[in-house]
Amino acid sequence: MEQVKCECGHVNPYGTAFCESCGKPIEETTKPLLDMRYEGSARRSQTYNKTIIDKIWNFFSSVKVGVWLIVITLIASAIGTIFPQEMYLPPNVTPAQYYEDQYGWAGKLYYELGFNNLYGSWWYMLLLASIGVSLVICSLDRVIPLYRALNNQGVVRHETFLRRQRLFSITNVNDERLFETVKERLAKRRYHIREENGNILAEKGRFSRWGPYVNHIGLIIFLIGAMLRFVPGMYVDKVLWIREGETKEIPGTNGKYFLKNEKFIFETYEKGKENEVFNAAIDRVGSGMVAKTYQTNAVLYKRVGPVIPGDEPKLQKVKEYKIRVNDPLKYDHYALYQVDFKLNELSKMSFQLIDKKTGTSFGTVTVDLRNPTSSYNLGKGYRVELLSYFPDFYFDNDGNPATKTKIPNNPAFVFKMYAPDKPKGEVSFVAIRQTIEPFGNNKYKMAFAGIETRNVSALTVRRDFTLWILGVGGTIFMIGVIQGMYWNHRRIWLKQVNGEVWLAAHTNKNWFGLKNEIKSIIEGTGLAMPVDQAEMKKKAAQGGNEHGATQ
Amino acid sequence: MMKKQRLVVRTVILLLLLSAVGYTIYSSIFAEKTDIKVGATAPDFVLTDLNGKTHRLSDYRGKGVFLNFWGTWCKPCEKEMPYINRQYAVYKKQGVEVLAVNVGEPKLSVQKFVDRFGLTFPVVIDREDQVMNAYEINPLPTTFLIDKDGKIKQIITGTMTEEMVKQYMESIKP
Repeated sequence: MEQVKCECGHVNPYGTAFCESCGKPIEETTKPLLDMRYEGSARRSQTYNKTIIDKIWNFFSSVKVGVWLIVITLIASAIGTIFPQEMYLPPNVTPAQYYEDQYGWAGKLYYELGFNNLYGSWWYMLLLASIGVSLVICSLDRVIPLYRALNNQGVVRHETFLRRQRLFSITNVNDERLFETVKERLAKRRYHIREENGNILAEKGRFSRWGPYVNHIGLIIFLIGAMLRFVPGMYVDKVLWIREGETKEIPGTNGKYFLKNEKFIFETYEKGKENEVFNAAIDRVGSGMVAKTYQTNAVLYKRVGPVIPGDEPKLQKVKEYKIRVNDPLKYDHYALYQVDFKLNELSKMSFQLIDKKTGTSFGTVTVDLRNPTSSYNLGKGYRVELLSYFPDFYFDNDGNPATKTKIPNNPAFVFKMYAPDKPKGEVSFVAIRQTIEPFGNNKYKMAFAGIETRNVSALTVRRDFTLWILGVGGTIFMIGVIQGMYWNHRRIWLKQVNGEVWLAAHTNKNWFGLKNEIKSIIEGTGLAMPVDQAEMKKKAAQGGNEHGATQ
Repeated sequence: MMKKQRLVVRTVILLLLLSAVGYTIYSSIFAEKTDIKVGATAPDFVLTDLNGKTHRLSDYRGKGVFLNFWGTWCKPCEKEMPYINRQYAVYKKQGVEVLAVNVGEPKLSVQKFVDRFGLTFPVVIDREDQVMNAYEINPLPTTFLIDKDGKIKQIITGTMTEEMVKQYMESIKP
């Protein structure tokens, strides 16, 4: 690739718009102002386009492509929220059927186009990954030439460069001390001053130019953190439903830890029991309407010995903890958060065997709803057998009693009652508020006698080794944003040409601030205030003069 | 010279990015995030069947194991149980064992179900959800085909036809 030698002697890479050192345009342009983006450096992507690698590189190097990728991702993400995602559907439904039944043809289309599992779909992941690739390549392709150009910039600039700056003025002065005064004032304003043959380059805030790239590095670190979540062991996010009195394995711990739920406590703010300052608020919403506490009194156990699922575990107590909202039990990088609850789940149900006519009771049967026994002997020849049990009863499509789940939400039973005068037994179907006698009129009846309930607590099991990476990425991102936002890269050039002083200035943002700064620097020196050539042109186009007034 | 260097640098960077992206997509979609995947050793477990006999998976080394997770409320499970039962009768002699793991229902319900379909293979109950956690069971039914070396050969979620059951059992014959 041929390189381009400028008349000032500097050798520029191919594709450079104007000389890195003196700023003379490589190719003559008729435009009155220079495009100062990327310092006129040769963005590599724009110049080479040979192999397939170069073509891929150039595709991702385009900011336009990057923006489109982001827009497409945003639109797709939005579409994913129109109907519920598959993971949030009720259990035991067929997704294909469900979407069509619930949302009609739109739902069917939604499912067929794969939006039902959007955020985990390969093409969505591919979009996100492309954004990451675009970030890396865009940054690399710009930051290296930019660094090069800013590093190689010369103090002595070509006249065409200065003339084509947005802020430019020529003054006829002959004052030896002029430059000294200006330099002093520039230094006071923290400009770095370089001097060569009576030319001045004053520059400050160059590090602001690196802001976007620092920001991108932060984003890339953030993406790496998100990627690490897929590495086994780096990230655990599970839910544990646990009833009072139960000891269960904590999912996601590979059978290493167990938890016992001693008690689940749900409290509300009640009138008369609270501090007086709450009274007004309690009156407004009603007593017992506002939750005060969700708490699980838990005991954490560690399994000792080999872990064989299903085997009766040998447990060693680790610690007790009262888990409350935002106050998790933490151990071994695991955290258990209070996340949900269910009050008063049925645990036991009692019935009395009675004579329907006389109402005489022959004893009570208590059925454990989690694991009922099948036979209950009441003595004196009275006996009850549980033939069938439906924890979550409904009639299926064939009209047979069946259960929806294994959770006792709506228990139903088929009892067979034996009595001395009914040695063959009578069958009775008992559900809540409902008794069916399938074989005609029974003499005996299982009369409802009471329930026992217990609370169920839901805890989120979380272990996240990627959080600090996300934190570091986020912090670097923010530093980059601040760096680019709150500092400006300002440069002022002064050149002596045949007894004239040429003054030009450039900033990457906040031209108003730069103009004010120049005003105070040249005050009283006799230098002419630079004219904003971009604004002048705009005003001229609108038919006004350079001060903006229309004639 | 410069050109060559540029090509090398670009290729290396693109390959790095591609592998990072590839790994992420592969591991999030095509690979399980855990040890439960085809080719891995099936986690050992111990469960008790309805007759009080304990079954330990590792004791079945040398035989193919057709490991089926099911619930009595699950209609597809109900549909495929008779198929499994019939094919078990054929493949038992050829060294294929069936272990049906119920997902922690009352013994009463499980026993009734077993009696209704006359199931002849061992049915064990995972009362504490420990085996379900270890195998990360989500939808029911889920079937694991485990070969004679204790490796997971295939994971099937959803209903099977009798022909499928037959083919699957054939595939894990020792």
